Amino acid sequence: MPPSPATPPGTAPAATAAIVRLEDVRKTYRMGSEEVHALAGVSVAFEPGSFWAIMGPSGSGKSTMLNLLGCLDRPTSGRYILAGEDVSRMDDDALSGIRLTYLGFVFQSFNLIAQLTVRENIELPLFYLGWEPHDSARRAAELAHRVELGARLGHRPAELSGGQQQRVAIARALANDPQVILADEPTGNLDSATGKTIMELLRDLNRQGKTIIIVTHEPEIASWADHRLHMKDGLVDRID
Amino acid sequence: MALLPQVNLNRTLRLVKLGVKTLLLHKLRSLLTMLGVVFGVGSVIAMLAVGTGASREAQEQIRRLGSQNIIIHSVQPQQDQTTERVRMSIYGLTYDDDARIRETIPFVSRTVPAKLIPQEARVGGRQMELRVVGTTPGWFELVERELLAGRRLQESDMVRSANVTVLTERSARRLLATEQVLGESVRIGSNYYQVVGIIRSETGGTAGGVQTPDQEVDAYIPITTARERFGDIVVRRREGSTERSLVELHQLVVEVDAIENVQAAATAIEHMLRRFHSREDYRVSVPLALLRQAEATQRTFNIVLGSIAGISLLVGGIGIMNIMLASVTERTREIGIRRAIGAKRSQIVGQFLIETIVLSSTGGLIGIAVGVTIPQVIEYFAGMPTVVPLYAVVLSLGISVAVGVIFGIYPAMRAAKLDPIVALRYD
Ligand SMILES: Nc1ncnc2c1ncn2[C@@H]1O[C@H](COP(=O)(O)OP(=O)(O)O)[C@@H](O)[C@H]1O
Ligand SMILES: [Mg+2]
Repeated sequence: MPPSPATPPGTAPAATAAIVRLEDVRKTYRMGSEEVHALAGVSVAFEPGSFWAIMGPSGSGKSTMLNLLGCLDRPTSGRYILAGEDVSRMDDDALSGIRLTYLGFVFQSFNLIAQLTVRENIELPLFYLGWEPHDSARRAAELAHRVELGARLGHRPAELSGGQQQRVAIARALANDPQVILADEPTGNLDSATGKTIMELLRDLNRQGKTIIIVTHEPEIASWADHRLHMKDGLVDRID
Repeated sequence: MALLPQVNLNRTLRLVKLGVKTLLLHKLRSLLTMLGVVFGVGSVIAMLAVGTGASREAQEQIRRLGSQNIIIHSVQPQQDQTTERVRMSIYGLTYDDDARIRETIPFVSRTVPAKLIPQEARVGGRQMELRVVGTTPGWFELVERELLAGRRLQESDMVRSANVTVLTERSARRLLATEQVLGESVRIGSNYYQVVGIIRSETGGTAGGVQTPDQEVDAYIPITTARERFGDIVVRRREGSTERSLVELHQLVVEVDAIENVQAAATAIEHMLRRFHSREDYRVSVPLALLRQAEATQRTFNIVLGSIAGISLLVGGIGIMNIMLASVTERTREIGIRRAIGAKRSQIVGQFLIETIVLSSTGGLIGIAVGVTIPQVIEYFAGMPTVVPLYAVVLSLGISVAVGVIFGIYPAMRAAKLDPIVALRYD
């Protein structure tokens, strides 16, 4: 990853073609009279098709950063440029649109909707994209097949193992063909063997061109990524 | 306004399906939740049906009296009803009253006088008490009863003071066993009358306190004949005392040329009668006024019902809101997931709002079914006429949807306002 002359103060290298770029991003929470700087000036740039792991001790600002990257939150100051668009000052509706278009989420606790079937869960992004039921059912079937759950389309999440549920979640994250997949401790609730299959799946997706950013505290999981970003006290500690 | 969902039929339809599906996941809870609306709508439609049925019947009876008519009865004044052994009371409408009304009261197009004389009628061995109605051919235009056989009274019968009679179906049946009744002779009082026609008898009854002109067992004869044969004195014997009364006309039906002139004509008639009668030995009834009164009563009834409906739907709506608020809390995670995936706030509002509307309008539909069935049962078992007004059904459905919107909007807004980050962490 070549350093760029336009790199703002910070520790991360940046590229003009970065898919994700944070420029001196700060996030401050006010707890009564006290201010908590969850992010205290972070500048990073992730290239398209890169695979990143965000690491760091508890309270270092990992989740805050992922929420910002996921457009679920807005920075207190600084800029966030996603796919060339400054999203840091967008309103709620616009951010929803950005999430729907560019992003896919994978969560530690899978976060499937219990009353919906595997197919319906995978179809969810397509519903909000306004796809016709016929088309979205076909795409859901394709994606389920891709995560090797083609035979489970009619099942409910509760009828699946943890690993299977996470694979459904990945299929759902892929439904809108996002450029960036964000995963918060995707293997946190899985045994190590299952965790490995999930990481393999993410690595394959990365090889097919998706930018993948995961948060983890397990070095073994982080080792699947091409780059590791270590956070400490709301700042980027180092990158390796 | 950004929170309000844009209307897109296709997407709305899919949200309706989603709502139905979600509600079917908790069938019992959904049913219990909509019960308030079910009973609210059901009871109001049922009550409205019974009320409308009753008042329609009353209004129909009054209308049968003729909304362009004014009916004047002779009434025996109180002071006449003393306990003298033999007495003669003279009261009521006179032939002159009839002529004066016909000739001097504005807007009057016709009058139909009637003498009502209770008499014994016999054919061979059969006999019965019936009411002889001495009247003019105009009677049969006022009281529109189907002619079953023969003809009605005619002007020529009047001129000739003919001994002819038109019987009601009921009178004919009781007096004449044979099918061939036309041309038969019936003895009424001390004379024989030839039966020239039969008309259908209908339960007249009283409408708004006024006796309908016809009764089930009537024998109609020309008024000229009645005057000649029976005179103006009616003799009634009861409990050893003989009661005699001299009444020229028992009833006078005045037809006015147009509905809007009825009140004016009635006022003029009352004024005139007061001038020529020293006592109140008559009663003027205006069916139109009674009709208006009945309509006003129904309006009041409807307002009361409307208030009850309002209160019960308010309670039903609050019940729905309560459950929807619980549902929003219960489904916080789901809301977080949908928002993270890219659902706009307005789409979350839409989802929950439509779910609430599905709930309330399903309740409304069940309520309508209940409300339409109950009157049928009442009609079947109690024999009361009921009418389910179409407007009540349409209005109920509309109000059920409105209840969903009104009581769904707050829970839906609550759902949409959830911070997705917080919602995703919720468990
Ligand atoms: N909503 C919030 N309100 C107040 N403080 C918060 C909030 N979210 C995070 N923080 C604080 O910001 C810091 C970073 O938190 P977080 O990003 O969750 O760290 P990590 O995910 O690395 O454990 C912590 O000190 C945390 O207490
Ligand atoms: Mg965290």
